[in-house]
Amino acid sequence: MPLIEITDVRKRFGDNEVLKGIDLDVKPGEVIAIIGKSGSGKSTLLRCINGLEIIDGGSISVAGSQLLPDEVHLKALRLKVGMIFQQFNLFPHLTAGGNVILSQTVVKKTPKREAEAMARKMLERVGLAEKFDAYPDELSGGQQQRVAIARALAMEPIALLCDEVTSALDPELVAEVLAVVRELAAEGMTLLMVTHEMKFARDVCSRVVFMHQGRVHEIGPPEDVFAKPKTPELKQFLGVQ
Amino acid sequence: MMEFSTWDILRNLLLATRWTIVLSLVSFLGGGIVGALLLFLRIGGNRISTAFTRYYVELFQGTPLLMQLFLAFFGLGLFGINVPAWLAAGIALVLWTAAFLAEIWRGCVEAVARGQWEASASLGMGYVQQMRYVILPQALKVAIPPTVGFSVQVVKGTALTSIIGFVELSKAGTVVTNATFQPFTVYGLVALIYFALCWPLSKSSQALERKLNAAHRNH
Repeated sequence: MPLIEITDVRKRFGDNEVLKGIDLDVKPGEVIAIIGKSGSGKSTLLRCINGLEIIDGGSISVAGSQLLPDEVHLKALRLKVGMIFQQFNLFPHLTAGGNVILSQTVVKKTPKREAEAMARKMLERVGLAEKFDAYPDELSGGQQQRVAIARALAMEPIALLCDEVTSALDPELVAEVLAVVRELAAEGMTLLMVTHEMKFARDVCSRVVFMHQGRVHEIGPPEDVFAKPKTPELKQFLGVQ
Repeated sequence: MMEFSTWDILRNLLLATRWTIVLSLVSFLGGGIVGALLLFLRIGGNRISTAFTRYYVELFQGTPLLMQLFLAFFGLGLFGINVPAWLAAGIALVLWTAAFLAEIWRGCVEAVARGQWEASASLGMGYVQQMRYVILPQALKVAIPPTVGFSVQVVKGTALTSIIGFVELSKAGTVVTNATFQPFTVYGLVALIYFALCWPLSKSSQALERKLNAAHRNH
């Protein structure tokens, strides 16, 4: 029984059809890397899964929650799927702790004390226990992204969507964020990540999806996709002949 | 003929200044409340309320405040409603202030990065929660300097109400001039009093802007 079922999903922006019928089933605990050129629709697909973009056709369901464009259904779905963004998107007016506490108290109505304990636990999990009272602009990019991961984890999602989570980071900060993601994968979290970190995808992922012009062009375990690319487009993307 | 000392003139002007201050406060607070309502209709409402607020703002920004005062004062009179000058002045200034504040604040809300909406949505927050806990706290910080700055326009805007006969600082200036025949002294003092009201507001707006922008710290 797949955890995330994506069936014939279509999305267009004006005349531009960005997703041309995507089918993808994700089993619990799978770690999926979505790779492809910019404009291939990989980020759009990720954003469709938790309803940040409204799909024009097809269906998406996560653990039985259908994606429907009203606030009640969206909320139910978003409680199951967390999302991490390229630009971190921490709330700048709140401390790291405040960022992790807010949605617990507001959305889940968790009592303040429990939410704070959860926040401390999650910040510790990403290695930032001592930054509880720091504001986002006092943290490095890598630290901010780790707070963002803690913030998503505090909602106890069953899957996480990672949209190029290291692309906005200086090279020396990439490793600390990837280490956290790697740990999540090892703990069995279901992950869908759009990434340019090919080595990371090869090491950590159970399956790799290569997207090209709005379609899933090639899909398979990383050893196949990276070592034995079948299509010329994937060969060109990977730079192998 | 009676002799008027400068103190006599100043004292009478200062007494009238109370009404300029009261009218400014009423306009600013009332305009703030109506402006906030307009803001929510504009950004959170449906197509009809959005169109309504847009036309409202365009109407009040696109016509002179003086015309709005005339319409409030004489217009309602046509329907047999006797509007006292203070009421017409209050209504017109509240509506006028609301239009400008709604537009200033809309810009501030839209200045909050799109990623803030997306991050809060992806955490499961609904529209009202996003507004209350994420967007407005950030927008408010951006809004404070231009809002305080606009209060200067409100204070100066009250001068126009003298034309429909509301006795505030400017009208008092005219009355005192007619009694003393010293227009330069009287209007000089009137200008100084307006300056004394407005200058601290402009300065504090500038100081707030510097303070809130400093190092882009948002707390």
